[in-house]
Amino acid sequence: MANIMIRKSEQGYVFYMPKRDIEDSIVSMEFDTPEKWGGEIKLGNGGLYYIEPQAAPARLPYSVRAKRIDGVE
Amino acid sequence: MSVLNREEAEALIQEVLEVYPEKAKKDRAKHLMVNDKKLESAKKCITSNRKSIPGVMTQRGCAYAGAKGVVWGPFKDIIDISHGPIGCGQYSRGGRRNYYSGVAGVDSFCDMMFSSDFQEKDVVFGGDKKLAKLIDEVESLFPLSKAISVQSECPIGLIGDDIEAVSKKKAAEIGKKVVPVRCEGFRGVSQSLGHHISNDAIRDWIISARDGKLDAGGPYDVAILGDYNIGGDAWASRILLEEMGLNVVAQWSGDGTIAEIENTPKVKLNLLHCYRSMNYIARHMEEKYAIPWMEYNFFGPTKIAESLREIASHFDDTIKEGAERVIAKYQPMMQAIIDKFKPRLQGKKVMLYVGGLRPRHTVGAYEDLGMEVVGAGYEFAHNDDYDRTIKDLKDATLIYDDATGYELEEFVRQIKPDLVGSGIKEKYAFHKMGVPFRQMHSWDYSGPYHGYDGFAVFARDMDMAINNPCWTMFKAPWEKPADAPVAEAA
Repeated sequence: MANIMIRKSEQGYVFYMPKRDIEDSIVSMEFDTPEKWGGEIKLGNGGLYYIEPQAAPARLPYSVRAKRIDGVE
Repeated sequence: MSVLNREEAEALIQEVLEVYPEKAKKDRAKHLMVNDKKLESAKKCITSNRKSIPGVMTQRGCAYAGAKGVVWGPFKDIIDISHGPIGCGQYSRGGRRNYYSGVAGVDSFCDMMFSSDFQEKDVVFGGDKKLAKLIDEVESLFPLSKAISVQSECPIGLIGDDIEAVSKKKAAEIGKKVVPVRCEGFRGVSQSLGHHISNDAIRDWIISARDGKLDAGGPYDVAILGDYNIGGDAWASRILLEEMGLNVVAQWSGDGTIAEIENTPKVKLNLLHCYRSMNYIARHMEEKYAIPWMEYNFFGPTKIAESLREIASHFDDTIKEGAERVIAKYQPMMQAIIDKFKPRLQGKKVMLYVGGLRPRHTVGAYEDLGMEVVGAGYEFAHNDDYDRTIKDLKDATLIYDDATGYELEEFVRQIKPDLVGSGIKEKYAFHKMGVPFRQMHSWDYSGPYHGYDGFAVFARDMDMAINNPCWTMFKAPWEKPADAPVAEAA
Protein backbone atom coordinates (compact mmCIF):
# COMPACT_ATOMS: atom_id res chain seq x y z
CA MET A 1 0.00 0.00 0.00
CA ALA A 2 1.26 3.39 -0.86
CA ASN A 3 -0.08 6.88 -1.10
CA ILE A 4 -0.71 8.04 -4.62
CA MET A 5 -2.04 11.27 -6.00
CA ILE A 6 -4.40 11.37 -8.95
CA ARG A 7 -4.55 14.52 -11.07
CA LYS A 8 -6.45 15.43 -14.16
CA SER A 9 -4.61 16.54 -17.28
CA GLU A 10 -5.84 17.28 -20.77
CA GLN A 11 -5.23 13.67 -21.74
CA GLY A 12 -7.00 12.19 -18.72
CA TYR A 13 -6.04 11.00 -15.27
CA VAL A 14 -2.39 11.16 -14.19
CA PHE A 15 -0.95 8.87 -11.57
CA TYR A 16 1.74 10.13 -9.21
CA MET A 17 3.41 8.24 -6.41
CA PRO A 18 5.47 10.63 -4.25
CA LYS A 19 7.41 7.91 -2.46
CA ARG A 20 8.93 6.54 -5.64
CA ASP A 21 8.41 9.66 -7.70
CA ILE A 22 6.62 7.76 -10.43
CA GLU A 23 4.48 9.85 -12.70
CA ASP A 24 2.47 8.22 -15.44
CA SER A 25 -0.77 8.44 -17.33
CA ILE A 26 -3.68 6.26 -16.30
CA VAL A 27 -4.84 4.42 -19.40
CA SER A 28 -7.85 2.77 -17.80
CA MET A 29 -9.75 2.91 -14.54
CA GLU A 30 -12.21 0.17 -13.64
CA PHE A 31 -14.94 2.42 -12.23
CA ASP A 32 -15.23 6.02 -13.27
CA THR A 33 -18.67 7.28 -12.29
CA PRO A 34 -19.57 9.84 -9.60
CA GLU A 35 -20.97 7.11 -7.30
CA LYS A 36 -18.33 4.47 -7.82
CA TRP A 37 -14.79 5.46 -8.62
CA GLY A 38 -11.52 3.54 -8.46
CA GLY A 39 -10.90 -0.18 -8.70
CA GLU A 40 -8.11 -1.45 -10.87
CA ILE A 41 -6.10 1.22 -12.60
CA LYS A 42 -3.71 0.55 -15.43
CA LEU A 43 -0.78 2.85 -16.09
CA GLY A 44 0.94 3.86 -19.28
CA ASN A 45 4.08 2.02 -18.19
CA GLY A 46 2.14 -1.23 -17.74
CA GLY A 47 1.81 -1.04 -13.98
CA LEU A 48 -1.40 -2.23 -12.33
CA TYR A 49 -2.74 -0.74 -9.07
CA TYR A 50 -5.92 -1.06 -7.08
CA ILE A 51 -7.88 1.67 -5.33
CA GLU A 52 -10.75 0.71 -3.03
CA PRO A 53 -13.87 1.71 -5.03
CA GLN A 54 -15.43 4.81 -3.50
CA ALA A 55 -17.45 7.89 -4.37
CA ALA A 56 -15.59 10.07 -6.85
CA PRO A 57 -13.62 12.85 -5.14
CA ALA A 58 -15.19 16.29 -5.33
CA ARG A 59 -12.01 17.82 -6.65
CA LEU A 60 -8.75 16.60 -8.17
CA PRO A 61 -5.85 16.20 -7.43
CA TYR A 62 -6.74 13.67 -4.80
CA SER A 63 -4.48 11.57 -2.58
CA VAL A 64 -5.54 8.02 -1.90
CA ARG A 65 -4.06 4.71 -0.75
CA ALA A 66 -3.42 2.28 -3.55
CA LYS A 67 -2.33 -1.33 -3.64
CA ARG A 68 0.17 -2.53 -6.16
CA ILE A 69 -1.04 -5.57 -8.05
CA ASP A 70 1.57 -5.72 -10.74
CA GLY A 71 3.78 -2.70 -10.88
CA VAL A 72 6.78 -1.43 -12.64
CA GLU A 73 8.68 0.30 -9.87
CA MET B 1 34.35 16.49 -36.67
CA SER B 2 30.68 16.98 -37.33
CA VAL B 3 27.94 15.91 -34.98
CA LEU B 4 27.55 12.18 -34.65
CA ASN B 5 24.80 10.28 -36.42
CA ARG B 6 22.87 7.61 -34.62
CA GLU B 7 25.18 4.70 -35.46
CA GLU B 8 28.29 6.62 -34.49
CA ALA B 9 26.76 7.71 -31.20
CA GLU B 10 25.76 4.16 -30.39
CA ALA B 11 29.23 2.94 -31.31
CA LEU B 12 30.73 5.58 -29.05
CA ILE B 13 28.62 4.40 -26.13
CA GLN B 14 29.74 0.81 -26.74
CA GLU B 15 33.36 1.88 -26.96
CA VAL B 16 33.16 3.79 -23.69
CA LEU B 17 31.42 0.92 -21.92
CA GLU B 18 34.18 -1.45 -23.00
CA VAL B 19 36.48 -0.67 -20.05
CA TYR B 20 33.97 -1.63 -17.37
CA PRO B 21 33.79 -5.06 -15.75
CA GLU B 22 30.85 -7.15 -16.98
CA LYS B 23 28.40 -6.27 -14.21
CA ALA B 24 29.16 -2.55 -14.20
CA LYS B 25 28.96 -2.49 -17.98
CA LYS B 26 25.49 -3.99 -17.93
CA ASP B 27 24.38 -1.44 -15.36
CA ARG B 28 25.93 1.61 -17.01
CA ALA B 29 24.52 0.65 -20.42
CA LYS B 30 21.06 1.36 -19.05
CA HIS B 31 22.03 4.94 -18.22
CA LEU B 32 23.27 5.94 -21.66
CA MET B 33 21.13 6.49 -24.71
CA VAL B 34 20.94 8.18 -28.07
CA ASN B 35 17.99 10.52 -28.36
CA ASP B 36 15.04 9.46 -30.45
CA LYS B 37 12.26 12.01 -30.66
CA LYS B 38 9.74 9.38 -31.64
CA LEU B 39 9.83 7.92 -28.15
CA GLU B 40 6.93 8.88 -25.96
CA SER B 41 8.47 7.73 -22.72
CA ALA B 42 12.11 7.62 -21.77
CA LYS B 43 11.57 4.71 -19.46
CA LYS B 44 12.41 1.97 -21.94
CA CYS B 45 15.65 3.59 -23.05
CA ILE B 46 17.16 5.16 -19.99
CA THR B 47 17.20 4.29 -16.34
CA SER B 48 17.56 7.12 -13.89
CA ASN B 49 17.51 7.87 -10.18
CA ARG B 50 19.38 4.67 -9.34
CA LYS B 51 22.26 4.12 -6.98
CA SER B 52 25.67 4.88 -8.47
CA ILE B 53 28.02 1.93 -8.86
CA PRO B 54 30.71 1.78 -6.19
CA GLY B 55 34.11 2.55 -7.62
CA VAL B 56 33.13 5.01 -10.32
CA MET B 57 33.56 8.75 -9.97
CA THR B 58 29.99 9.99 -9.72
CA GLN B 59 29.38 13.73 -9.61
CA ARG B 60 26.37 13.50 -7.36
CA GLY B 61 25.82 15.07 -3.96
CA CYS B 62 23.86 13.82 -0.95
CA ALA B 63 20.44 14.42 0.56
CA TYR B 64 21.89 17.00 2.93
CA ALA B 65 23.29 18.92 -0.05
CA GLY B 66 19.87 18.90 -1.67
CA ALA B 67 18.13 20.08 1.47
CA LYS B 68 20.49 22.55 3.09
CA GLY B 69 22.37 23.70 0.03
CA VAL B 70 19.57 23.85 -2.50
CA VAL B 71 16.17 24.31 -0.96
CA TRP B 72 16.64 25.72 2.55
CA GLY B 73 19.85 27.68 2.22
CA PRO B 74 18.55 30.52 0.03
CA PHE B 75 15.66 31.49 2.36
CA LYS B 76 17.28 34.54 3.83
CA ASP B 77 15.66 34.94 7.22
CA ILE B 78 15.78 31.29 8.23
CA ILE B 79 18.87 30.17 10.13
CA ASP B 80 19.86 26.71 8.93
CA ILE B 81 21.72 24.77 11.57
CA SER B 82 23.95 22.09 10.09
CA HIS B 83 23.49 19.54 12.83
CA GLY B 84 26.43 17.18 12.87
CA PRO B 85 30.17 17.32 12.18
CA ILE B 86 31.55 20.62 11.00
CA GLY B 87 32.60 19.88 7.42
CA CYS B 88 29.18 19.53 5.78
CA GLY B 89 28.12 22.96 6.93
CA GLN B 90 31.38 24.67 6.09
CA TYR B 91 31.59 23.32 2.56
CA SER B 92 27.96 24.09 1.72
CA ARG B 93 28.23 27.72 2.73
CA GLY B 94 27.93 30.51 0.20
CA GLY B 95 29.42 28.66 -2.78
CA ARG B 96 26.17 28.69 -4.70
CA ARG B 97 25.90 32.49 -4.78
CA ASN B 98 22.19 32.72 -4.14
CA TYR B 99 21.87 36.45 -3.73
CA TYR B 100 19.60 38.17 -1.24
CA SER B 101 18.81 41.72 -0.24
CA GLY B 102 19.38 42.31 3.42
CA VAL B 103 22.12 42.71 5.98
CA ALA B 104 24.10 39.58 6.71
CA GLY B 105 23.95 38.63 10.37
CA VAL B 106 21.13 41.05 11.13
CA ASP B 107 18.13 39.91 9.14
CA SER B 108 19.72 37.64 6.50
CA PHE B 109 21.70 34.51 7.12
CA CYS B 110 22.39 32.91 3.74
CA ASP B 111 26.14 33.25 3.80
CA MET B 112 26.64 32.42 7.44
CA MET B 113 27.24 28.93 8.75
CA PHE B 114 25.79 27.48 11.92
CA SER B 115 26.93 24.03 12.97
CA SER B 116 26.74 21.91 16.08
CA ASP B 117 30.27 20.65 15.37
CA PHE B 118 29.75 17.05 16.47
CA GLN B 119 32.59 15.41 18.36
CA GLU B 120 33.08 11.81 19.41
CA LYS B 121 31.32 12.35 22.70
CA ASP B 122 28.22 13.69 20.93
CA VAL B 123 28.05 10.56 18.82
CA VAL B 124 28.44 8.38 21.90
CA PHE B 125 26.12 10.24 24.27
CA GLY B 126 23.76 11.86 21.77
CA GLY B 127 23.63 15.43 20.54
CA ASP B 128 20.18 16.57 21.61
CA LYS B 129 21.43 18.63 24.53
CA LYS B 130 23.97 20.27 22.30
CA LEU B 131 21.29 21.13 19.76
CA ALA B 132 19.11 22.70 22.45
CA LYS B 133 22.05 24.76 23.66
CA LEU B 134 22.90 25.76 20.10
CA ILE B 135 19.38 26.98 19.41
CA ASP B 136 19.52 29.12 22.56
CA GLU B 137 22.85 30.52 21.47
CA VAL B 138 21.59 31.28 17.94
CA GLU B 139 18.56 32.98 19.41
CA SER B 140 20.61 35.19 21.72
CA LEU B 141 23.13 36.14 19.01
CA PHE B 142 20.68 36.66 16.14
CA PRO B 143 17.31 37.60 17.62
CA LEU B 144 16.01 38.97 14.29
CA SER B 145 15.97 35.60 12.57
CA LYS B 146 12.43 34.55 11.70
CA ALA B 147 12.83 30.79 11.95
CA ILE B 148 15.37 28.06 12.48
CA SER B 149 15.78 24.82 10.59
CA VAL B 150 17.76 21.83 11.79
CA GLN B 151 19.47 20.15 8.85
CA SER B 152 20.57 16.69 9.93
CA GLU B 153 23.88 15.29 8.80
CA CYS B 154 24.57 11.55 8.64
CA PRO B 155 25.38 10.82 12.33
CA ILE B 156 22.02 12.19 13.52
CA GLY B 157 20.15 9.44 11.73
CA LEU B 158 22.73 6.81 12.62
CA ILE B 159 22.62 7.42 16.38
CA GLY B 160 18.88 8.12 16.38
CA ASP B 161 18.74 11.57 17.95
CA ASP B 162 15.24 12.93 18.43
CA ILE B 163 15.62 16.32 16.77
CA GLU B 164 11.85 16.61 16.37
CA ALA B 165 11.34 16.64 20.12
CA VAL B 166 14.10 19.21 20.67
CA SER B 167 12.70 21.37 17.86
CA LYS B 168 9.18 21.33 19.28
CA LYS B 169 10.38 22.15 22.77
CA LYS B 170 12.62 24.98 21.62
CA ALA B 171 10.01 26.38 19.23
CA ALA B 172 7.64 26.77 22.16
CA GLU B 173 10.37 28.39 24.24
CA ILE B 174 11.60 30.95 21.73
CA GLY B 175 8.31 31.52 19.95
CA LYS B 176 9.65 30.87 16.46
CA LYS B 177 9.33 28.02 14.04
CA VAL B 178 12.02 25.41 14.49
CA VAL B 179 11.86 22.91 11.64
CA PRO B 180 13.62 19.56 11.91
CA VAL B 181 14.70 18.31 8.49
CA ARG B 182 15.56 14.63 8.27
CA CYS B 183 17.95 15.02 5.37
CA GLU B 184 20.77 12.74 6.52
CA GLY B 185 23.24 12.39 3.69
CA PHE B 186 22.95 8.64 3.38
CA ARG B 187 19.28 8.81 2.43
CA GLY B 188 18.47 8.17 -1.21
CA VAL B 189 20.80 7.96 -4.16
CA SER B 190 21.51 11.65 -4.75
CA GLN B 191 20.63 15.17 -3.67
CA SER B 192 17.24 14.67 -5.28
CA LEU B 193 15.80 13.00 -2.21
CA GLY B 194 17.04 15.96 -0.17
CA HIS B 195 14.85 18.24 -2.28
CA HIS B 196 11.89 15.96 -1.67
CA ILE B 197 12.52 15.77 2.07
CA SER B 198 12.79 19.57 2.34
CA ASN B 199 9.61 20.06 0.36
CA ASP B 200 7.89 17.66 2.73
CA ALA B 201 9.32 19.46 5.75
CA ILE B 202 8.01 22.80 4.47
CA ARG B 203 4.66 21.13 3.82
CA ASP B 204 4.46 19.61 7.29
CA TRP B 205 5.89 22.42 9.40
CA ILE B 206 5.43 25.77 7.70
CA ILE B 207 3.02 26.11 4.84
CA SER B 208 -0.18 25.59 6.80
CA ALA B 209 0.79 28.17 9.44
CA ARG B 210 -1.65 30.81 8.22
CA ASP B 211 -4.45 28.53 7.04
CA GLY B 212 -7.73 30.33 7.57
CA LYS B 213 -5.98 33.58 8.39
CA LEU B 214 -4.86 34.57 4.90
CA ASP B 215 -6.75 37.21 2.98
CA ALA B 216 -8.16 36.21 -0.39
CA GLY B 217 -5.27 37.73 -2.32
CA GLY B 218 -5.36 39.66 -5.56
CA PRO B 219 -6.43 38.22 -8.89
CA TYR B 220 -2.89 38.37 -10.27
CA ASP B 221 -0.96 36.87 -7.36
CA VAL B 222 1.65 34.33 -8.39
CA ALA B 223 4.59 32.63 -6.71
CA ILE B 224 7.95 31.79 -8.24
CA LEU B 225 8.90 28.26 -7.19
CA GLY B 226 12.28 26.71 -7.80
CA ASP B 227 14.27 29.82 -8.59
CA TYR B 228 17.28 30.06 -6.32
CA ASN B 229 18.37 33.55 -7.32
CA ILE B 230 21.81 32.39 -8.42
CA GLY B 231 23.64 35.53 -9.43
CA GLY B 232 20.28 37.33 -9.27
CA ASP B 233 18.23 34.96 -11.46
CA ALA B 234 15.00 35.35 -9.54
CA TRP B 235 15.22 39.12 -9.69
CA ALA B 236 15.68 39.05 -13.45
CA SER B 237 12.61 36.79 -13.69
CA ARG B 238 10.54 38.73 -11.22
CA ILE B 239 10.78 42.06 -13.02
CA LEU B 240 9.36 40.51 -16.18
CA LEU B 241 6.40 39.04 -14.33
CA GLU B 242 5.75 42.30 -12.56
CA GLU B 243 6.10 44.25 -15.76
CA MET B 244 3.34 42.20 -17.37
CA GLY B 245 1.06 43.00 -14.47
CA LEU B 246 1.42 40.02 -12.16
CA ASN B 247 2.00 40.35 -8.45
CA VAL B 248 4.82 38.13 -7.24
CA VAL B 249 3.91 37.14 -3.70
CA ALA B 250 6.72 34.73 -2.98
CA GLN B 251 10.11 33.62 -4.20
CA TRP B 252 11.03 30.03 -3.39
CA SER B 253 13.66 30.04 -2.29
CA GLY B 254 16.18 32.58 -3.63
CA ASP B 255 15.84 35.82 -1.64
CA GLY B 256 12.73 34.32 -0.06
CA THR B 257 11.46 34.63 3.49
CA ILE B 258 9.34 32.53 5.77
CA ALA B 259 6.51 35.07 5.49
CA GLU B 260 6.54 34.51 1.75
CA ILE B 261 6.22 30.74 2.25
CA GLU B 262 3.29 31.23 4.57
CA ASN B 263 1.63 33.62 2.12
CA THR B 264 2.00 31.33 -0.89
CA PRO B 265 -1.33 29.49 -0.37
CA LYS B 266 -3.20 32.61 -1.50
CA VAL B 267 -1.64 32.82 -4.96
CA LYS B 268 -3.63 32.04 -8.09
CA LEU B 269 -0.85 30.23 -9.95
CA ASN B 270 2.42 28.63 -8.96
CA LEU B 271 5.19 29.18 -11.48
CA LEU B 272 7.68 26.36 -11.35
CA HIS B 273 11.12 26.93 -12.77
CA CYS B 274 13.16 24.11 -11.28
CA TYR B 275 10.72 21.25 -11.70
CA ARG B 276 13.04 18.69 -10.19
CA SER B 277 13.48 20.32 -6.80
CA MET B 278 10.08 21.89 -6.17
CA ASN B 279 7.37 19.96 -8.02
CA TYR B 280 6.54 18.19 -4.75
CA ILE B 281 5.31 21.31 -2.99
CA ALA B 282 3.51 22.49 -6.12
CA ARG B 283 1.62 19.21 -6.25
CA HIS B 284 0.77 19.52 -2.58
CA MET B 285 -0.56 23.05 -2.99
CA GLU B 286 -2.57 21.94 -6.00
CA GLU B 287 -4.29 19.31 -3.91
CA LYS B 288 -4.74 21.22 -0.69
CA TYR B 289 -5.34 24.78 -1.90
CA ALA B 290 -6.42 24.11 -5.51
CA ILE B 291 -3.59 26.25 -6.89
CA PRO B 292 -2.68 25.19 -10.42
CA TRP B 293 0.99 25.09 -11.31
CA MET B 294 2.92 25.27 -14.54
CA GLU B 295 6.49 24.85 -15.60
CA TYR B 296 8.14 27.73 -17.37
CA ASN B 297 11.53 28.39 -18.88
CA PHE B 298 13.27 31.75 -18.72
CA PHE B 299 16.45 30.87 -20.65
CA GLY B 300 16.78 32.63 -24.02
CA PRO B 301 14.31 34.99 -25.74
CA THR B 302 12.44 32.28 -27.65
CA LYS B 303 11.61 30.29 -24.55
CA ILE B 304 10.94 33.41 -22.49
CA ALA B 305 8.38 34.65 -25.02
CA GLU B 306 6.76 31.21 -25.10
CA SER B 307 6.67 31.04 -21.32
CA LEU B 308 5.34 34.57 -20.86
CA ARG B 309 2.48 33.81 -23.25
CA GLU B 310 1.75 30.54 -21.52
CA ILE B 311 1.75 32.20 -18.10
CA ALA B 312 -0.55 34.93 -19.43
CA SER B 313 -2.95 32.34 -20.81
CA HIS B 314 -3.92 31.54 -17.21
CA PHE B 315 -5.12 35.11 -16.67
CA ASP B 316 -7.38 37.69 -18.28
CA ASP B 317 -6.71 40.03 -21.19
CA THR B 318 -4.84 42.72 -19.23
CA ILE B 319 -2.13 40.18 -18.43
CA LYS B 320 -2.14 38.83 -21.98
CA GLU B 321 -1.63 42.34 -23.30
CA GLY B 322 1.02 42.86 -20.63
CA ALA B 323 2.90 39.80 -21.84
CA GLU B 324 2.82 41.02 -25.45
CA ARG B 325 3.98 44.44 -24.32
CA VAL B 326 6.91 42.97 -22.41
CA ILE B 327 7.90 40.75 -25.32
CA ALA B 328 7.67 43.67 -27.77
CA LYS B 329 9.73 45.88 -25.48
CA TYR B 330 12.61 43.46 -25.08
CA GLN B 331 12.62 41.87 -28.52
CA PRO B 332 14.73 44.62 -30.18
CA MET B 333 17.28 44.47 -27.35
CA MET B 334 17.48 40.71 -27.66
CA GLN B 335 17.84 40.98 -31.44
CA ALA B 336 20.79 43.32 -30.91
CA ILE B 337 22.43 40.76 -28.64
CA ILE B 338 21.79 37.94 -31.08
CA ASP B 339 23.14 40.06 -33.95
CA LYS B 340 26.26 40.73 -31.96
CA PHE B 341 27.04 37.26 -30.68
CA LYS B 342 25.46 34.86 -33.14
CA PRO B 343 28.13 35.35 -35.83
CA ARG B 344 30.77 34.51 -33.21
CA LEU B 345 28.96 31.46 -31.87
CA GLN B 346 27.15 30.07 -34.90
CA GLY B 347 27.47 26.31 -35.26
CA LYS B 348 29.41 25.79 -32.04
CA LYS B 349 28.70 22.53 -30.26
CA VAL B 350 27.89 22.28 -26.56
CA MET B 351 27.84 19.36 -24.17
CA LEU B 352 25.96 19.78 -20.92
CA TYR B 353 26.01 17.81 -17.73
CA VAL B 354 24.23 19.55 -14.88
CA GLY B 355 21.84 18.74 -12.04
CA GLY B 356 18.25 17.98 -12.89
CA LEU B 357 16.89 20.75 -15.09
CA ARG B 358 19.32 22.93 -16.96
CA PRO B 359 20.48 20.51 -19.63
CA ARG B 360 17.01 20.75 -21.14
CA HIS B 361 16.13 24.30 -20.08
CA THR B 362 19.18 25.98 -21.58
CA VAL B 363 18.83 24.27 -24.97
CA GLY B 364 16.61 27.10 -26.25
CA ALA B 365 19.07 29.77 -25.18
CA TYR B 366 21.94 28.02 -26.97
CA GLU B 367 19.82 27.62 -30.08
CA ASP B 368 18.96 31.32 -30.03
CA LEU B 369 22.70 31.94 -30.33
CA GLY B 370 22.99 29.47 -33.20
CA MET B 371 24.69 26.86 -31.08
CA GLU B 372 23.83 23.22 -30.91
CA VAL B 373 23.57 20.91 -27.93
CA VAL B 374 25.23 17.64 -28.92
CA GLY B 375 25.17 15.91 -25.57
CA ALA B 376 23.13 16.36 -22.43
CA GLY B 377 22.82 14.58 -19.16
CA TYR B 378 21.73 14.92 -15.59
CA GLU B 379 23.28 14.04 -12.27
CA PHE B 380 20.06 13.27 -10.47
CA ALA B 381 17.09 13.60 -12.82
CA HIS B 382 14.19 11.18 -12.68
CA ASN B 383 12.26 9.54 -15.46
CA ASP B 384 9.82 12.42 -15.90
CA ASP B 385 12.78 14.73 -16.58
CA TYR B 386 14.02 12.48 -19.35
CA ASP B 387 10.52 12.33 -20.84
CA ARG B 388 10.68 16.11 -21.15
CA THR B 389 14.30 16.12 -22.34
CA ILE B 390 13.66 13.84 -25.30
CA LYS B 391 11.33 16.42 -26.80
CA ASP B 392 13.73 19.33 -26.33
CA LEU B 393 16.82 17.76 -27.86
CA LYS B 394 17.61 16.94 -31.46
CA ASP B 395 17.55 13.37 -32.71
CA ALA B 396 20.73 11.34 -32.18
CA THR B 397 21.90 13.55 -29.33
CA LEU B 398 23.86 11.67 -26.72
CA ILE B 399 22.06 11.45 -23.36
CA TYR B 400 23.81 10.28 -20.22
CA ASP B 401 22.43 9.77 -16.74
CA ASP B 402 24.68 10.04 -13.67
CA ALA B 403 27.71 10.01 -15.97
CA THR B 404 30.97 8.96 -14.40
CA GLY B 405 34.12 11.06 -14.61
CA TYR B 406 35.59 8.62 -17.10
CA GLU B 407 32.53 8.57 -19.35
CA LEU B 408 32.32 12.35 -19.51
CA GLU B 409 35.97 12.73 -20.36
CA GLU B 410 35.76 10.08 -23.03
CA PHE B 411 32.62 11.56 -24.60
CA VAL B 412 34.23 15.00 -24.71
CA ARG B 413 37.44 13.58 -26.17
CA GLN B 414 35.53 11.90 -28.99
CA ILE B 415 32.77 14.40 -29.71
CA LYS B 416 35.12 17.39 -29.38
CA PRO B 417 32.50 19.98 -28.41
CA ASP B 418 33.37 23.67 -28.50
CA LEU B 419 32.03 24.17 -25.02
CA VAL B 420 31.27 22.03 -22.02
CA GLY B 421 28.81 23.22 -19.41
CA SER B 422 28.99 21.36 -16.15
CA GLY B 423 29.99 21.71 -12.52
CA ILE B 424 33.07 22.73 -10.61
CA LYS B 425 34.20 19.13 -10.17
CA GLU B 426 34.49 18.76 -13.93
CA LYS B 427 35.73 22.24 -14.75
CA TYR B 428 39.46 21.87 -14.36
CA ALA B 429 39.65 18.42 -15.90
CA PHE B 430 38.21 19.87 -19.10
CA HIS B 431 40.31 23.01 -18.92
CA LYS B 432 43.36 20.77 -18.86
CA MET B 433 42.02 18.93 -21.89
CA GLY B 434 41.87 22.29 -23.65
CA VAL B 435 38.09 22.52 -23.89
CA PRO B 436 36.32 25.80 -23.11
CA PHE B 437 34.12 25.38 -20.08
CA ARG B 438 31.31 27.16 -18.26
CA GLN B 439 30.32 26.15 -14.77
CA MET B 440 26.56 25.86 -15.16
CA HIS B 441 25.58 25.28 -11.53
CA SER B 442 26.39 28.74 -10.22
CA TRP B 443 27.04 30.41 -13.59
CA ASP B 444 30.80 30.50 -13.10
CA TYR B 445 30.72 33.49 -10.75
CA SER B 446 28.57 35.38 -13.26
CA GLY B 447 24.84 35.67 -13.79
CA PRO B 448 21.98 36.18 -13.82
CA TYR B 449 21.11 33.93 -16.77
CA HIS B 450 17.32 33.93 -16.34
CA GLY B 451 15.10 36.43 -18.08
CA TYR B 452 15.90 38.95 -20.78
CA ASP B 453 18.59 40.64 -18.71
CA GLY B 454 20.09 37.26 -18.02
CA PHE B 455 20.29 36.33 -21.69
CA ALA B 456 22.57 39.30 -22.35
CA VAL B 457 24.95 38.02 -19.68
CA PHE B 458 24.56 34.44 -20.91
CA ALA B 459 25.47 35.35 -24.50
CA ARG B 460 28.47 37.39 -23.41
CA ASP B 461 29.73 34.63 -21.11
CA MET B 462 29.43 31.91 -23.74
CA ASP B 463 31.30 34.08 -26.22
CA MET B 464 33.92 34.89 -23.63
CA ALA B 465 34.51 31.21 -22.89
CA ILE B 466 34.53 29.88 -26.45
CA ASN B 467 36.35 32.69 -28.24
CA ASN B 468 38.90 33.25 -25.55
CA PRO B 469 42.30 33.58 -27.26
CA CYS B 470 43.92 31.38 -24.62
CA TRP B 471 42.59 28.23 -26.33
CA THR B 472 44.77 28.93 -29.37
CA MET B 473 47.84 29.00 -27.16
CA PHE B 474 47.12 25.66 -25.68
CA LYS B 475 49.92 23.67 -27.30
CA ALA B 476 53.32 24.12 -25.72
CA PRO B 477 55.79 25.86 -28.08
CA TRP B 478 58.09 22.83 -28.22
CA GLU B 479 55.22 20.55 -29.24
CA LYS B 480 54.36 22.61 -32.30
CA PRO B 481 55.84 21.63 -35.63
CA ALA B 482 58.92 23.73 -36.37
CA ASP B 483 57.46 25.48 -39.41
CA ALA B 484 54.15 26.40 -37.77
CA PRO B 485 53.38 30.11 -38.10
CA VAL B 486 53.68 32.08 -34.90
CA ALA B 487 50.19 32.76 -33.50
CA GLU B 488 49.35 36.39 -33.38
CA ALA B 489 47.85 37.84 -30.24
CA ALA B 490 44.13 38.24 -30.73
